[in-house]
Amino acid sequence: MNPLALTGAAVLGIVSTLGGLVTFALRALSRGIVGPWYPRQILRQMLDIGYYSLPVVGLTAIFTGMVLALQSYTGFSRFQAQSAIPNIVVLSMTRELGPVLAGLMVAGRVGASMAAELGTMRVTEQIDALSTLSTDPYRYLVFPRLLGGVLMLPALVLVADVIGIMGGWLVSTVKLGFNPVSYVNSTFGFLSTGDVVSGLVKAAVFGFLVCLMGCYQGYMSRGGAQGVGTATTRAVVAASILILTSDYIVTEIFFSH
Amino acid sequence: MAARETKISVKGLAKAFGRNHVLRGLDIEVEAGTSVVVIGGSGTGKSVLIKSILGIVEPDAGQILIDGQDVLAASRRQAQALRGQIGMLFQGAALFDSLPVWENVAFGLMAKAKIPRDQARVRAVETLEAVGLGEPVADLFPAELSGGMQKRVGLARAIATRPAILFFDEPTTGLDPIMADVINDLIRSVVSDLGATALSITHDMASVRKIADRVAMLYEGRIIWEGPAKDIDASGNPFVDQFVHGRADGPIATIQAPQRRAG
Repeated sequence: MNPLALTGAAVLGIVSTLGGLVTFALRALSRGIVGPWYPRQILRQMLDIGYYSLPVVGLTAIFTGMVLALQSYTGFSRFQAQSAIPNIVVLSMTRELGPVLAGLMVAGRVGASMAAELGTMRVTEQIDALSTLSTDPYRYLVFPRLLGGVLMLPALVLVADVIGIMGGWLVSTVKLGFNPVSYVNSTFGFLSTGDVVSGLVKAAVFGFLVCLMGCYQGYMSRGGAQGVGTATTRAVVAASILILTSDYIVTEIFFSH
Repeated sequence: MAARETKISVKGLAKAFGRNHVLRGLDIEVEAGTSVVVIGGSGTGKSVLIKSILGIVEPDAGQILIDGQDVLAASRRQAQALRGQIGMLFQGAALFDSLPVWENVAFGLMAKAKIPRDQARVRAVETLEAVGLGEPVADLFPAELSGGMQKRVGLARAIATRPAILFFDEPTTGLDPIMADVINDLIRSVVSDLGATALSITHDMASVRKIADRVAMLYEGRIIWEGPAKDIDASGNPFVDQFVHGRADGPIATIQAPQRRAG
C-alpha cells in the first residue's frame, strides 16, 4: 500500500477515535448533569473507586515515600545537603508522585474493571436491555463512574500524600538519623497550599480520564470475550498515557510562571 | 369480523454494516393483539429488525410506525414514549449481573413507572410467581440461576410493567425441549393475559407453532412470505418449505460467505 495512503488512514483513524471519545464524554456529561441521577450507582462507584483502592494506593505511597527519602539521602549526602530531604519528599509526594502513582494504580485496578464490566454488559446485551427499560446507559452507567472518579481520586491522593510523607519520615528518622520533630517542622514549614491543591487538581483530572477511558473502551467493545479483553488492555494503556500527558499540561498551567 | 388496527408498521427498512446489506427494504405489519413470528436463518437480520424498532440500531432508510407515528421522525422524547410501550425478552435474557433477581424484574417499574422500591419488590415477586418462580429466587443473583430460570426472569422483567407490545428474541435458544415448551407456554399465556401485541424472532419451528398467530419469513433482507401460522406447512413457497422442514437441499444457500453483525 502507498505510504501516503497508510499515513492518511492512520491520521483518519486517530481523528475518528478522538472525535468518538470527545462525543462520548460530552454526551455522558450533558445527560448526566441534567439527570435523573442514580444515587445508589454514584455511591457504589465512590466506594469502589475510593475505599477499595485505599490498600493498593496506600502501599504504593508508603514505599514511594520511603524510597524517595533513601535515594535523596544517597545523592544529597555527597553535597552535605541532607537537610533538604523533608522538602524533597513533601514536594515530590504532593505535586507529582502522589497524584501520578495513585492515578496509575487506579487505572490498573478501576479502569480495567470498568472496561471489563461495561464490555461484558455490552456483549451480553445488558446495555441494550437498559435502553428498553427507559434508562439511559450514559446516565445510569457512565456518569456515576465519571463523577466517582473526579470526587474520589483527590481523596485518595490526599491519603497517599500523608502516607507517603510518613514513609519518608519513617526512613529518615529510623534509618538516616533525622530528628523526628525537626523533620516534621521542616516538612510543614516548606509545604504551601498550592503544592497540595495542584496535586488534587491533577488527581481530579486523572480520575476523570481513567474512568472515561474505562467506560469508553467497555461501552464500545465488540466481539465477545476477546473484544472485552482488548477493551480492558486499551483502557489501562490509554489511561496511563493520558495521565502522564495531562500531568505535564497541568504542571505547566500551575507552575510555568 | 372488524379489522384490527395496525400496532407496528415497518416500511422499506434498510440497514447495512459496511458492505453487508442486512436489511434491504423490509416491510412488515403487526396488528394489535396478534402474535407475529419472524423466521429466517442465522445472519438474515432478524435481530437487526427488532433492534431497529427498539432504537438500539439506527437504520439507514425506511419508516417505523408505532400506533401510526413514525418513531424515526419523532423527537427523542416522543420516540422514547412510543418505545416505552415495548417489553423485550433478550436471547440470553440479558439480566443485570450486579442486581438480585427481584431488582432485575422491578427495574422497569422503578425506572418507568417510578414505583417506590418496597412496592416494586412486591410487584416483582408477584410477576415472578406469574412465570413459575417466586420469593425463593427473588434475592438470588442471575449467575445463581439455570438458563431456563434466567429466561423466566427475563420474561418477568419484560412483562412487569404490563407493556402493550412484547418482543421476544430467540426465546428458546439454548434450552432443552421441555424447558423450551414451558417458555413457549408462558409466552402464549402472558401475551394473551396482557392482550399485548407480540413480535418474536426465532428459527425454532416448535416455538413458531406454539406462539405464532402469523408467520413472516425473512430472507436476504426482505420478507418473502407472510401468512397465518396454520398455513406454514402449505405455504407453497420453496424457501419457507425448505426452512420449515430443515432441509439442506433447496433454494436457500446453506454455505454463505462470512457476514458481520447480523442477527
